[in-house]
Amino acid sequence: MKYVSEFRDSALAKGLIAQVCRLSSTPARFMEFCGGHTVTIFRYGIRQVLPQTVTMVSGPGCPVCVTANKDLDKTIALAHFPDVILATFGDMLRIPGSHSSLQQAKAEGADVRMVYSAMDALNIARENPEKHVIFVGIGFETTAPTIAASVLQAAKEGLDNYYILSLHKLSPPVVKALLDSGEVNLDGFICPGHVSTVTGSQAWEFISRDYGIPCVVSGFEPLDVLHSISMLVSQVETKRAEVEIAYRRGVQPEGNPTALRLMREVFAPCPADWRGMGEIPASGLKLREAYLEFDAETAFDIDSGPTRETEGCLCGQILRGVATPQDCPLFGKACTPEEPVGPCMVSSEGSCSAYYRYGGEHA
Amino acid sequence: MCVAIPARVNSIQGEQAEVGIGGITRTVSLQLTPEAKVGDYVIVHTGYAINVLDQQEGEETLRLIEAIARTA
Ligand code: SF4
Repeated sequence: MKYVSEFRDSALAKGLIAQVCRLSSTPARFMEFCGGHTVTIFRYGIRQVLPQTVTMVSGPGCPVCVTANKDLDKTIALAHFPDVILATFGDMLRIPGSHSSLQQAKAEGADVRMVYSAMDALNIARENPEKHVIFVGIGFETTAPTIAASVLQAAKEGLDNYYILSLHKLSPPVVKALLDSGEVNLDGFICPGHVSTVTGSQAWEFISRDYGIPCVVSGFEPLDVLHSISMLVSQVETKRAEVEIAYRRGVQPEGNPTALRLMREVFAPCPADWRGMGEIPASGLKLREAYLEFDAETAFDIDSGPTRETEGCLCGQILRGVATPQDCPLFGKACTPEEPVGPCMVSSEGSCSAYYRYGGEHA
Repeated sequence: MCVAIPARVNSIQGEQAEVGIGGITRTVSLQLTPEAKVGDYVIVHTGYAINVLDQQEGEETLRLIEAIARTA
């Protein structure tokens, strides 16, 4: 088993689509939380093959998209500090803050470096002992344990020039906030596969228990997503609301206990700002007291000035599932992947980018 | 951003492993998956193995999908 090609078989995909069409009679709206699922759905044209009864809605599962301008401004301000090397995942570089972007800061002379892993950021810190190396900690529960591991490694080695700007977000609290807002009516929820690899499917129990909404944890290949949709349809038609796992090869109910332990050792939950949703309690992660020496916000006096929202950009509503990219007058006109206006077009996982690249007719 | 890909563990040195991803060899950290063994497939996210893939479950899921596809 290679875990990829097997889950792209087109004959089996047709069978799953036929199953969804056969089972589904009640109109249902399903949200895919994760931008990775949005990409699979668009790349394989899954929306087009679903019966009219099934509507897919994209959710807020794109970490760079949900990062508030205030936090983006902080990363840019930090990049301009003297003797600072700002290391970041590439996704962040082109995301516009209030007045600038990391890419622009780099063009202006700031030392901004793109890395693939927290390990690379650690290496930069080891190789540049005279510099302060700040790593932008971004991502959901999938990524936070890797950053935690890098902090523990830095502590073990006694590195005193490695810092994290912790902009991590937690997924269950934002889903709860979405559901509590009453703005989106959902009949099913496709839970993020790799977040669940860490948290376990248990993290989503509250959705089926408290809101009566069926949940399925999905992998990222087309058969995974189609299988998950068929399981959701089956729950809807039999009036069940449970958390099921369609991605058993990668997700256990209890998650990855080592990853959870490291994440909880280094980080504690804190309130966080989300684009379009404002502050959500206990939806972010901050460094714990014992690791504060690695906290960029403690070590540097960041003054990022007043924030400004991008005029005309509907990312906030799109992330809440209440608007689609086509609702945005700038979509495909003033805003394209080459000349993006908002984060949902910059990030390859953003809804606007997925619609633009795979939507056909730019819609 | 939560993109993660399956990779085969080819060798292990301490907390690091050489893994093969579609013909390319890369070094990844096993800090989050100390239980990984040579020959296992792991899910790699930003240079860290975040879980060991369960082959039996993978095969079972495929059998299930095949059964659904046959009856649909
Ligand atoms: S199309 Fe561009 S401007 Fe419009 S919502 Fe998407 S990212 Fe924002």
